[in-house]
Amino acid sequence: MNLDYTDRENAFRAEARAWLAANVPSAPLTSFDTAAGAAQHRAWEASLNAAGWAMVPWPVEYGGRGANLLEWLIFEEEYYRARAPKRINQNGIFLLGPTLMEYGTKQQKARFLPKIASSQEVWAQGWSEPNAGSDMAAITTTAIRDGDDYVIKGQKTWASRGAFADWLFGMFRTDPASERHNGLTFVLVPLNIPGITVRPIAQLDGETGFAEVFFDDARVPVANALGKEGQGWSVAMSTAGFERGLMLRSPARFQDTALRLVELLRENAMNVDEALRDEVVRAWIGAEAYALDTYRTVSRLLAGGKIGAEASLNKIFWSELDIRMHELALEILGDRWDLLPEAPGAQGVGTWLDSYLFSLSGPIYAGTNEIQRNIISERLLGMPK
Amino acid sequence: MDFRFTDDQLLLQSTVRDFLAREHTPKTLRKLWETESGRSRGLWQRLAEIGVPGLLVPEEHGGMGLSEIEAVLIHEEAGRAARAEPLVATMAIAAPLLREVGGELATEFLPKIAAGEAIVAVGHPATPFIEDAHVADLLLIPRGDDALFAVPREAVRITPQPANDPSRRLASVAFEERHARVLARGERARALLDAALDRGALACAAQALGACDRMLEISVAYTSQRKQFGKPIGSFQAVKHMLANVKVKLEYARPLVMRAAYSVAHGSAQRAVHVSMAKLVATEAARLGARVSLQCHGAIGYTWEQDLHLWMRRAWSFDQSWGRAPFHLGRVRAAILDGSLPIGPGQTFVGGA
Repeated sequence: MNLDYTDRENAFRAEARAWLAANVPSAPLTSFDTAAGAAQHRAWEASLNAAGWAMVPWPVEYGGRGANLLEWLIFEEEYYRARAPKRINQNGIFLLGPTLMEYGTKQQKARFLPKIASSQEVWAQGWSEPNAGSDMAAITTTAIRDGDDYVIKGQKTWASRGAFADWLFGMFRTDPASERHNGLTFVLVPLNIPGITVRPIAQLDGETGFAEVFFDDARVPVANALGKEGQGWSVAMSTAGFERGLMLRSPARFQDTALRLVELLRENAMNVDEALRDEVVRAWIGAEAYALDTYRTVSRLLAGGKIGAEASLNKIFWSELDIRMHELALEILGDRWDLLPEAPGAQGVGTWLDSYLFSLSGPIYAGTNEIQRNIISERLLGMPK
Repeated sequence: MDFRFTDDQLLLQSTVRDFLAREHTPKTLRKLWETESGRSRGLWQRLAEIGVPGLLVPEEHGGMGLSEIEAVLIHEEAGRAARAEPLVATMAIAAPLLREVGGELATEFLPKIAAGEAIVAVGHPATPFIEDAHVADLLLIPRGDDALFAVPREAVRITPQPANDPSRRLASVAFEERHARVLARGERARALLDAALDRGALACAAQALGACDRMLEISVAYTSQRKQFGKPIGSFQAVKHMLANVKVKLEYARPLVMRAAYSVAHGSAQRAVHVSMAKLVATEAARLGARVSLQCHGAIGYTWEQDLHLWMRRAWSFDQSWGRAPFHLGRVRAAILDGSLPIGPGQTFVGGA
């Protein structure tokens, strides 16, 4: 155990900090779930990419910086410290990217990774269907082979970023006679081809953060399958492992929320009783525990370990912590907490209400927390099915 | 930066785990509960043969010369086996305290601790009672918070204070200063007592992890074999999810304990805050583990006969040892609210490990 950063790690942090200080937009961007905001965020991603910061752990040839996962963690800390914009292409950089690294052919990596890094191609997720939510193995959307193409028919829903994305990755049933986890294939699908209709869905905050995607004999090349045909479930589980276990929610995000919560507490100390104050301290400890655990995970991965079912522990922990921190912030704001930013009395309420609404989606997306608890009890604790 | 235990450290842990699984079964513990002292010198000696009491004793005094990083792994195993004191006082606190005080007392007692020949009890202003005073060869006792004395057992008056956990033997201890040797006064005494509390709290936190893990294991085994409605109750989501919650709580207490161990071992400026975070969360995990395990067992868990309570009582005891939850929460609160601890992304390892 050695908890000192190396000189190289310190230098990396200093370099990231300096670049971000000079380049992060001073005014917050509009939400990327609006047309105007999506364009602003793509422009920001382009400047990140031009400087080689879009996805630091990727090889330089794919638009990365050739850094290791620990340096990625350091970059994330600096990114949140600088309060830089949210990542519009998080589906691409944090979920599909690592899956492409593991399962992609050389051609696929060369074709897709650089445009993910630059956000020239923004990705949506295509997992859920109207009758396949928590029970993802109930997928019925088919991708039937016809010559060198798959012909896709069916419907995906709750496709995150679907409204403004260029591509979608997801799981499709390539063997129509198959059932459950078999006969599924992970396919990369451009959203601008004939036979695809995207219908944006307004979320709880009123913005179109996800979409329904209808496939009506849309044709994509068989070469767009990621991993072997029929092996989609295990490819998808690898994506889910990265999503839940490490990349999607790096600890810096929650440490920044915890910091802002402590700052809010200090500013409103007069209105806060001891019990509420102590809950803030506990939430801050939670964010630190999550950070420490992530360093533990990264240390293990750097030593050759793999992400397994323990990713489900993360997902429960950060999603519940996030809600808790936001509930506490609203409690501190007291009788102003439900004011929208344009209300004359909304001074000092910040963006807590908006991010509270978002935090409520945490226990639902990336596999509901109930599914994660099933995984923990069956696969980590060994309880009977 | 490498936040992992080494293979050697994990090997040491599994050696102690195997030893305790053999030598300290629930049956052993129940027999000890029936004895007047509740302690076994024989077991202590055998622990000394594998180096446990002298883990933190320097090699030149016959110990293993290791640090708190290894020690927390041993405490975790003690918690898993429900092995109570005098591990915390003698191994975790007294050995490093005597090492720091030095002099004749250290020269005399450190080799004895390492050899399993001396048990040392330690008092602290945070608690009115002392554990294992009745079997101690030497007692390190404060007066107020600015004087620390070493007192031989024959010079103390002991009033036993039976507690809920029969594994825990408490007493009030009185002594006269003329029979005691002054170890430190003033600032020096306060520093030693602060370090003693942090070491005790760290050891308890690590034991809480082991106890919690063991209760989970017991509950998984029970709910996997106990059938109702024609199937194992462990196949019901209501039962699964309760135990999954304990697992989440436990696994996020673990890195706090690891980091606190590192901070104590390296004398970090943030030692006290790191220890308090670990103690608070690990103790809560063990208490949640106890409550959920009892619920999973139903009525059988509510009996004296079922072994579950051996660990439940340990879990409750951890809160009472080396600073209760409000004290530890208070230390963290003070550090983050008065700004003495830098917080936010990238600050986790700044300001001293």
